[in-house]
Amino acid sequence: MIAGLYIAGHSALHRVAAGGKILALMVLGTGVFLIADWPVLAAVLMVVLVLYPLSGFGWHILWVQARPMIWLLVLFFAVQLWLNDWQAGLVVVLRLAAIVLFAALVTLTTKTSALLAALERAMGPLRRLGVNPQKVSLAFSLVLRFIPVIAQVASEIRDAQRARGLDKSILALIVPLIIRTLKMADDVADAIDARSFDAD
Amino acid sequence: MNTKDIVYIALFAAVTAVLGLFPPITLPVGVPVTAQSLGPMLAGAILGARRGGLAILLFVVLVAVGLPLLSGGRGGFGVFFGATGGFIIGWVVAAFVIGFLIEKFWHRLNVVTAAASIAIGGVIVDYAIGNIWVAAVVKISYWQATVGMAPFLIGDGIKVAIATIACLAVKRAYPLISRSR
Repeated sequence: MIAGLYIAGHSALHRVAAGGKILALMVLGTGVFLIADWPVLAAVLMVVLVLYPLSGFGWHILWVQARPMIWLLVLFFAVQLWLNDWQAGLVVVLRLAAIVLFAALVTLTTKTSALLAALERAMGPLRRLGVNPQKVSLAFSLVLRFIPVIAQVASEIRDAQRARGLDKSILALIVPLIIRTLKMADDVADAIDARSFDAD
Repeated sequence: MNTKDIVYIALFAAVTAVLGLFPPITLPVGVPVTAQSLGPMLAGAILGARRGGLAILLFVVLVAVGLPLLSGGRGGFGVFFGATGGFIIGWVVAAFVIGFLIEKFWHRLNVVTAAASIAIGGVIVDYAIGNIWVAAVVKISYWQATVGMAPFLIGDGIKVAIATIACLAVKRAYPLISRSR
């Protein structure tokens, strides 16, 4: 469920350091908003599209990434056509498609663990502002561990409420879910402290 | 920030992720409503400003690094460049504002003050930020974006009600805000 979107491979893009790919994405994300010519943006999108087969991904993977945004792109194009003209529509659509598909490519070619490690390194300078990278790291790992646990507790409570005829009520789920998981959180914190995790 | 705070922060980041697993409900008027934006409301209302805001910030960072935690299994950096990116960034501020107001009203918290706090942060603040993205990405004016959001207010009203009841129930059973000050 939370395996991330990574697909293993050995392409050039797979081998680029995670930090470099994040930087490239930030540059592209800023860059396309500075370009207002649709033919230039079409060329940018073509480059992004060509990177898919170059990274070893077939059209199917590209389609899976593109499919969720297609109706949005159609809607944006229609809004532009109505308010402005078709050139403005193309600019909006090409811009968005290029960024979203490149961002997807970064996540497809980079392990979540590598992205998190890059993030922990990037947080080093924040130490001076009072941010403790180890604490942030602990929080990251805890979230990944908590998600399946909470989903499990939620399904148990749902079963219990179904026996009372309350399985349609989100309130009958949320309140016990929060209180049960808060109690669990206290135990987890005690266990971490008992193992001498240095919080300060 | 002690270990307990870190665990609570991680817990509400995870709760927000789990809320994204619920399938969206489509209202009779045809507007989809997802449970996920309950996450920032609950985080702020139950943990307070600092921990609530950090919980949602943690969630947003995990989405940014590529975990498919947003409702519909979306994730990755591209989300923030899309039309709905502003709402997700707005959640961090929303959770903080809700927490700030709930802390202010803590000793006279009732249905009215809790609901007002949650609505100001979770609806007004979040739309104020989210609509900047909508206006920029769809290239419409900020006012047009704001008017276009009107149908979604029905779902938001339901979520404010749920978060208010949950906030008051948890305050009675397991208060975390007074304990921290």
